[in-house]
Amino acid sequence: MNITHAVDGKFGPYGGQFVPETLMPALAELESAYAAAIADPEFMAEFEHLLKTYVGRESPLTFARRLTDHLGGAKIYLKREDLNHSGAHKINNALGQALLAKRMGKTRIVAETGAGQHGVGTATACALLGLDAIIYMGTVDIARQQPNVYRMKLLGAEVRPVESGSKTLKDAINEAIRDWVTNVETTHYLLGSVLGPHPYPTIVRDFQAVIGREARRQILDAEGRLPDTLIACVGGGSNAIGLFQAFLDDENVAMIGVEAGGLGIESGKHAARFADPDRARLGVLHGTRSFVLQTADGQIMETHSVSAGLDYPSVGPQHALLRDVERAGYTFATDDEALEAFHLLSRLEGIIPALESAHAVAEAIKRAPKMSKNDIIIVNLSGRGDKDLDTVIKLTADSH
Amino acid sequence: MTLKTIETTFSRGTAFMPYIPLGYPTPEASLDAVRAVVATGADMVELGVPFSDPLADGPTIQAATQRALENGVTVEKCLQMAAQLRAEGISVPFLLMGYLNPFLAFGLENLVEAAAKIKIDGFIIPDLPPEEAGEMDALCRKHDLALVYFLAPTSTPERISLVAEKARGFIYLVSLTGVTGARNRLSDTLPQFVARVRAATDTPLAVGFGIGDGAQARQVAHFADGVIVGSALVKRMAESTAAVHALAEEIAESVHSL
Repeated sequence: MNITHAVDGKFGPYGGQFVPETLMPALAELESAYAAAIADPEFMAEFEHLLKTYVGRESPLTFARRLTDHLGGAKIYLKREDLNHSGAHKINNALGQALLAKRMGKTRIVAETGAGQHGVGTATACALLGLDAIIYMGTVDIARQQPNVYRMKLLGAEVRPVESGSKTLKDAINEAIRDWVTNVETTHYLLGSVLGPHPYPTIVRDFQAVIGREARRQILDAEGRLPDTLIACVGGGSNAIGLFQAFLDDENVAMIGVEAGGLGIESGKHAARFADPDRARLGVLHGTRSFVLQTADGQIMETHSVSAGLDYPSVGPQHALLRDVERAGYTFATDDEALEAFHLLSRLEGIIPALESAHAVAEAIKRAPKMSKNDIIIVNLSGRGDKDLDTVIKLTADSH
Repeated sequence: MTLKTIETTFSRGTAFMPYIPLGYPTPEASLDAVRAVVATGADMVELGVPFSDPLADGPTIQAATQRALENGVTVEKCLQMAAQLRAEGISVPFLLMGYLNPFLAFGLENLVEAAAKIKIDGFIIPDLPPEEAGEMDALCRKHDLALVYFLAPTSTPERISLVAEKARGFIYLVSLTGVTGARNRLSDTLPQFVARVRAATDTPLAVGFGIGDGAQARQVAHFADGVIVGSALVKRMAESTAAVHALAEEIAESVHSL
């Protein structure tokens, strides 16, 4: 079983291309354009140049000394994707795909966004490269992520509110796909996670894999050895796969993906696709076969998470395979645990994490004290938390 | 009721093929809509199975299938409704049309067996291109049911050949690049698109998406073997069965007068 690359568009039994016929030729065009682009040294040089001079890569690997001391176990390092221009790992993929779209002669970009980070990343990349950006966003997410909505508009993007279904990320993806079906000749769909039909899980993964390549080199420089454990939050799973990919052949490096446990698994109000076998079964959503939170009748369930970026009922196909073959383990953190981690990291390290990333920090808080002081954990701090201040202020006020 | 029934239907002339979302606006009203279109001379009926995330559909069908879900309609209930129509003696071919996930949840093998038993003639699954259809294709062949594939104006010659080779029953031609929903006018390039597919296959070609009245249906009937009408009828379903009947009659006459 090939766990590092898709074979015929699939990761083991997961993935594929379950889309309307109208899009099949577009996927084929995208696949061949992508293959040509990454084989072209000029394209890769431009991408790397922008990652360095515009995004500000490489992002630091920060030793979290006070958090480590506080927990009294493994050394915790933070991969600082929060320090990227536009505030999250999302910009890596947005820039890569926007460059690709431009190379394909597309002038118009559509994208979905949940937390708004991918929308901001896309709007940023489109402003930089002179492309039209239309961002679909559920009205529930618009309400809880106002700063990012304003940011996208400042960057010249059109934000289209989505009122259908649960009014969150999955519905924004539906609308983005409908737009793409309609305008496929001129438009590139800039999908933001390792989801959707092949070749998206591969393209997004490749553009995010810079995270793990840097982290691997940085930890070798800092500690002279590889880490014991990698931890990342998993919505669709792009920051996690971005960190994991470069370590897949390092057998002694454990990998933990952290899903959104919401109000707890029993409550049914969560987005933990791997933790709830009663509600999450193998299915097909948005063009890919993976684990999907669904009713007994195969209708997609509404998910819940305090973090909009993890609030999605399915998960990237490569994660499903990594879990099957036990190369990565998956767990969850509840809303409360994530909020606690959000506050703790802010106070101890002076770093306000995105609520998504706080789920990964929460797992480090559980795990580090049980590990030896010689052990090393790398947590992917996938984004910064400024966007979440409204949410956190409101939740903190509610609880007092 | 088999693939053969579908083939026979097309051999009799251009077919009027309405799409009726089961369960909208109520389960009983949707059955009345099927009865009404059959009474006007519909040659084949697409019975819509609701899904929470219908990404190939425009606002009209999205809203209708959402309502059907709120009315508690499931794959199981759709099968029961189809069985009820058959028990009343309605004999035109039925095609179950729905997205893949609810069918997967029901179990493809159970689904095809149950469908064959109640004399459903085939399936239309918009998010199941031939590349991913291996299991469903084999099951449908086993029970001699049609599994209908799509072609779109964006389809390349390679894809037209692929679908031509796999097609059984008919090929569903999407008239435009876009989602379902009535439009003011048909695409100018539709006749050429149909001709392009016609050159590659003898399988009947049914055209759908964006056809909303008798005049448009007549235009399409000039070069297609089947005319599919969905959203325009769904809008009438919100009004009354009589409204459905009136539009279906107009379209049936246009299609059959050629």
